[in-house]
Amino acid sequence: MTTDRLITQEFSLNLGPQHPSTHGVYRVILTLDGEKIVHAENVIGYLHRGIEKLAETLTYPQFAPYTDRLDYLAGVLNNIAYTQTIEKHMQIVVPERAQYLRVLFGELSRIASHLVCVSSMALDLNSFTGWMYAFADREKILDLFEMTFGGRLTTNYARIGGVSKDIPDTFMSAIRSFLDSFYGRLKDFNDLVSFNQIFIDRTKGVGIISADQAIDYGLTGANLRASGVHFDLRKKSPYGLYDRFDFDIPVLQTGDCYDRYYIRILEIIQSLRIIEQVLQSIPEGTLMGDVPRVIKPLAGETFHQIEGAKGLLGFHLVSDGSKSPYRLHIHAPSFVNIGIIPEIAKGMLIQDFIALLASLDFVLGEVDR
Amino acid sequence: MTQFLFNFLALLHITGIIADVIVILCYFVFILLFIIINVMFIVWLERRMSAFFQERLGPNRVGPFGLLQSVVDAVKLLGKEVIRPTATDKWVFLLAPAICFVPALLLYPILPFGKGLVLVNLNIGLLYFVAISSTTTISIIMAGWGSNNKYSLLGGMRTVAQMISYEIPLIFSMIGIIMLVGSLNLVDIVNAQARLWFIHVQPLAFMIFLIASIAELNRAPFDLPEAEQELVAGYHTEYSGMQFAFFYLAEYANLFSLSILGVTLFLGGYQGPFFPSWIWFIGKVYAMIMVYMWIRWTLPRIRMDKMMKLNWKFLIPLSLFNILATGFMIKAWPTIQQWMR
Repeated sequence: MTTDRLITQEFSLNLGPQHPSTHGVYRVILTLDGEKIVHAENVIGYLHRGIEKLAETLTYPQFAPYTDRLDYLAGVLNNIAYTQTIEKHMQIVVPERAQYLRVLFGELSRIASHLVCVSSMALDLNSFTGWMYAFADREKILDLFEMTFGGRLTTNYARIGGVSKDIPDTFMSAIRSFLDSFYGRLKDFNDLVSFNQIFIDRTKGVGIISADQAIDYGLTGANLRASGVHFDLRKKSPYGLYDRFDFDIPVLQTGDCYDRYYIRILEIIQSLRIIEQVLQSIPEGTLMGDVPRVIKPLAGETFHQIEGAKGLLGFHLVSDGSKSPYRLHIHAPSFVNIGIIPEIAKGMLIQDFIALLASLDFVLGEVDR
Repeated sequence: MTQFLFNFLALLHITGIIADVIVILCYFVFILLFIIINVMFIVWLERRMSAFFQERLGPNRVGPFGLLQSVVDAVKLLGKEVIRPTATDKWVFLLAPAICFVPALLLYPILPFGKGLVLVNLNIGLLYFVAISSTTTISIIMAGWGSNNKYSLLGGMRTVAQMISYEIPLIFSMIGIIMLVGSLNLVDIVNAQARLWFIHVQPLAFMIFLIASIAELNRAPFDLPEAEQELVAGYHTEYSGMQFAFFYLAEYANLFSLSILGVTLFLGGYQGPFFPSWIWFIGKVYAMIMVYMWIRWTLPRIRMDKMMKLNWKFLIPLSLFNILATGFMIKAWPTIQQWMR
């Protein structure tokens, strides 16, 4: 044996913007040593539509549909975050029934978003069947959306001061049958994917984000809670009606890909608990509060955050008293969450990197805005 | 069958070397048609099976039950433009699909499809099968290297690591049977199973064969060379039209031939009561193919290093143990029988 080592060369690989598992037009420049990642660099902006700038040219109600296009997997939650910001600024009181409906559809869309996350993680680890299972359930949720307010992805449900449509007569039986089947199907999905030994091997101990790192990089949402930090805005500073419902915040300790995956399953179960309570206690009443015909908030600033499907979704509104915002900044959780990728990716294999991307669950519509 | 063809040609006063050529051409056409029809059926079956697993319908528009879907797809691929990126290594790139497809065809003559239904009764059939099927690796590394694409290169490198490693337990799992039969002839192996299928004698070897053959076929959970989510399409990322179809056909032709080998070695080949031998044979082969599909559509993909670990630290020692145990039992069985009496 000679002592000379084989000379190897690092090479760079453009993962994306067109790649099957970057979940949109996200691009990352990887420097690879074989299949090991030496360096990773995020490149974003392929989906930039200037939504924040558009807000400055549109009136307040006109901008609401644009919020659907942020995190397009959980449109209702974006609508709620936006409308609540303006309601907070203008101190509009939202009727009880509308609040309940917001919680109901907000949690449904959180489930839909989490289902996309867990299923596309399954798909990225090549469990195609698991993906199909979860997407079939998501379809049923979208059917419920369609039944109520017509839209499936771009919902535009919440209005400033209330919600746009009441639930139809057939809704209660439809959601009942969905919920009844969903528990069993979630168990099937768990058996197929979550407790599959190969899946666990692929994700356990991979891409560990410690609690300190998570806080340093400003991670929020399920990604933060998977690292052992108990933080959920629905409990910490309840907005809307969340203080009325009985639910837990699941927290997992390791912060690896599996925890980030599994915590979403646990959150789905908690969201189901909230939905059950909403269905039992939803009152009768009007849908729209007392809202001025032309929305002209007083000059001033408001920042409002909700617990979105991907993390803390915040709107920072600066109003100059006119019909459209002077500045509307969107604090998008996905944008913050992908910041940690270069740090964690170092030393990973490409295969693990794919699992990391899937587990962070970002949506490019929200990253680029 | 060969004799029948020669007799038929003799009736037409064709003898000598011309008759040989015609017979060989007949073989070729027969094999090609047989493979292509079966492969198209398997592709359709895979799509329908995956749909069944995933609560979908699958292709059901073209022909009865969508049976003609694969035919239409193949015609579409034939009509597509073959694109060769400028930066590729021309000859390596162009030859790779052909080199992938030819060994897949070469495997069929030696396989026994039924009683007396074997084109070439080769006395080293098993060795021939192993030798020819291992050349597929070359075409895949050629495709990976010649494409001059990073994803293809990674896919090609993974293939070499995977296919060469998994060939070892695949071959070791057959050795037990060779020891039991004392012949490499596939017809002899089938005939030796007239009373008892070798899966009962060699269950461990069958499990090893199943796992290693999945890896050889690049199917999930071992489909790392063409891992869509990581490497886009792996070694055939840059191929289009009929060149891609060659890889695709070769993949399913290999699936078919390895299933046939599995049936021949472990499940008694064409042996079975009541029905004609070829019905038993086709039935068993498709049962085996369905097992492969079942596995593919259930499991996620395993990680590269874990896969290698599984091979070198688990399958190879286990297969060596199987060989040892088989050898021991062959020697000890007469003695044990004496004791039993």
